[in-house]
Amino acid sequence: MSKDIQQAGEGRRFLDYAPAPESRDVVRLRPSYGLFIDGDWVDGHGTPFSTIDPATEAPLAEIAAADEADVALAVAAARRAYDKTWSRMPGTERGKYLFRIARLVQERARELAVAESLDNGKPIKESRDVDVPLVAAWFFYYAGWADKLDYAGLGASPRPLGVAGQIIPWNFPLLMLAWKIAPALAAGNTVVLKPAETTPLTALLFADICRQAALPAGVVNIVTGAGATGQALVRAEVDKVAFTGSTAVGREIAKTIAGTEKKATLELGGKAANIVFDDAPIDQAIEGVVNGLFFNQGHVCCAGSRLLVEESIHDEFVDRLKQRLTTLRLGDPLDKNTDIGAINSAEQLERIRQLSDLGEAEGAERWSAPCAIPEQGFWFAPTIFTNVATSSTIAREEIFGPVLSVLTFRTPAEAIAKANNTPYGLSAGIWSDKGSKILAVADRLRAGVIWANTFNRFDPASPFGGYKESGYGREGGRHGLTAYLKAGAR
Amino acid sequence: MSTAQKLAPAARAVAILGGDATDRALRLHLEGLSRVDAVGLEQRAAGFATRSIKTASKAAALDTVIGLIDLTTLEGADTPGKVRSLAAKAMTPDPGDPATPRPAALCVYGDMVGVAVEALGGRHGDPDDGRIAVAAVATAFPSGRASLAVKLADTRDAVAAGADEIDMVIDRGAFLAGRYGQVFEEIIAVKEACARPDGTAASLKVILETGELATYDAVRRASWLAILAGADFIKTSTGKVQPAATLPVTTLMLEVVRDWHRITGERIGVKPAGGIRASKDAIRYLIAVAETVGEAWLTPHLFRFGASGLLNDVLLQRQKLATGHYSGPDYVTID
Repeated sequence: MSKDIQQAGEGRRFLDYAPAPESRDVVRLRPSYGLFIDGDWVDGHGTPFSTIDPATEAPLAEIAAADEADVALAVAAARRAYDKTWSRMPGTERGKYLFRIARLVQERARELAVAESLDNGKPIKESRDVDVPLVAAWFFYYAGWADKLDYAGLGASPRPLGVAGQIIPWNFPLLMLAWKIAPALAAGNTVVLKPAETTPLTALLFADICRQAALPAGVVNIVTGAGATGQALVRAEVDKVAFTGSTAVGREIAKTIAGTEKKATLELGGKAANIVFDDAPIDQAIEGVVNGLFFNQGHVCCAGSRLLVEESIHDEFVDRLKQRLTTLRLGDPLDKNTDIGAINSAEQLERIRQLSDLGEAEGAERWSAPCAIPEQGFWFAPTIFTNVATSSTIAREEIFGPVLSVLTFRTPAEAIAKANNTPYGLSAGIWSDKGSKILAVADRLRAGVIWANTFNRFDPASPFGGYKESGYGREGGRHGLTAYLKAGAR
Repeated sequence: MSTAQKLAPAARAVAILGGDATDRALRLHLEGLSRVDAVGLEQRAAGFATRSIKTASKAAALDTVIGLIDLTTLEGADTPGKVRSLAAKAMTPDPGDPATPRPAALCVYGDMVGVAVEALGGRHGDPDDGRIAVAAVATAFPSGRASLAVKLADTRDAVAAGADEIDMVIDRGAFLAGRYGQVFEEIIAVKEACARPDGTAASLKVILETGELATYDAVRRASWLAILAGADFIKTSTGKVQPAATLPVTTLMLEVVRDWHRITGERIGVKPAGGIRASKDAIRYLIAVAETVGEAWLTPHLFRFGASGLLNDVLLQRQKLATGHYSGPDYVTID
């Protein structure tokens, strides 16, 4: 018996799972994409650019760039749609469109997941099991709100703001689109959305879904381009700016719109603490740390990038964590068994490398999971830094990559002080089997989202947003709706 | 039993508890184990189920599964004829393909051990040598509700009849009542009863009956308790209680043997039993093993499936890989 098995498995180990790639055929990409304005594809007047597959560096499609005039055209289309159609439409009717979009997202889930993994580099298991289902959930959730705005807590008949300019990042391209568009439309606003330069594809596929849903022209407009397009959108005649991205850009946006009537929600960076007490369920805490940081290659603004572990269990915990990280599979994002995909861009990879080298230079001890790095594309092995001081750059700055800094604490008070000692305040995690301790600690953490015995779980009913330099305003839940409404009669 | 009373010596327990094993020392140790977060554990297990095992990996996995099966019949209606039929199936799982691997063992009630040994004939032996072992359930299986004397006699009987492995049940009542010392002593006594006059001993699998322990915390404690008392294998279930083996429970038990290995360097086996009928499910268990304790555990001395219907499903899948099309249940033999 053993001989037969040895022969069958000769030269390979069971864990070297044979390739199980998701088919690319479910996505038919056009060679080039224009701008989606007023329900139609139009040419852009900026210099077109290519979007590439970060896992192979192969170009996927040519994308139009919107200049200031194109953005103005999109905003004008959104304004017309707002005045003539969308703001006058009863909530029940708006809801129908949103439900229809949600169902179309579900129907085209596989296509969207593959496109997302191609363009972003994230593993297909994440785009298939997390991103796309959440996108549908977000549209379903806000579709339900569309005819219930009187109950949003803003008095009877709250009014929409008008035209929203929305700028989203590259880490969860389609999910961030859903976070922005679903509440805006449910509340009666129309939108001009700019996807990130490196990940425009799913937003362009979404434009197609809007057409399929027969959404009135101009309600959703999508303009692609780099930073200049975003700046033009912020300066354009919009009533609201919603931005998710870096703190530096968020600060620029706040400066640009200061003194205007424009409302803003900014969802910016983070440097979340994941606090593990010695009474935590250790095996699950390790899974939580892995999911909290190495999910989506660490390209998550709420990632638990600072692990605060009680000193008494530090050595064993780090040891076991390393053991667990060696089982992560880095490689082709379209392979169903891939845990860690590609870094989204050469630029981001360079930043992760620089910050990691700096961490080492500042005296922290570096360990990377031993995994083969493909020759083409942008990759970074899961990395842990131990002996990290609170003053280390890697414990202060957002790395936005699969790099974990491990710090220790001795008492709950010290854990809280260290967790709060950051200019950010987007999220935090607490691991303990003792409920009263979790509640007491959560109460004193200054972070918008606190997970207990889990991490990186999202639900459309739950508000999300930050303290301090992590931004202002909330997305998700009833709170997310009020960010797109003016108070009505009380 | 007084809490200070010294329990029967088990070298492992003495080494880990750092002194004499007492009921109190055991309790302190077991209750000091890290707790289990049910949501997190189930999420982890669900993650194993999303792995996609294709082509060459699938072929290797199917053969590995067959080699880890304890082909089982545990019915009141078992007859010598039924056991002989099962033995024949184990020796020739697929008459159409002589290269098909053979299961690791036959698992029968104690009174059928002699029949099984005789039926296997020259094929009877250690699965590592390409032979088929005979495992017997003992200790008033499946409830375990009998006196210790009866349980030990049951065990000695099976060993004397030629059983290579003993699958014992723990006293779940005593465990849930907090009488850890009693469970501990029983396992030690059964372990001693596994000894043969020639100095060798039957391997001991300790069935926790996780479906009756109900919580993951209890499963973790019972796993440690069984290992401390000298178990060679920890086994989920008798197959007579629902739920039997589940992927989260098995993952948890694999985590325990992984931790034990970290501390002592010693390798303990795990046997999920009951309810695993499809190849697809069995492969998920292999993934849990490989990603929790490592591939070193995918050998008959460290991992087994307690199953009866599973073998035929694996054979069907194996034929499908070879021929490219599915056949039906009439293309594999019933046992």
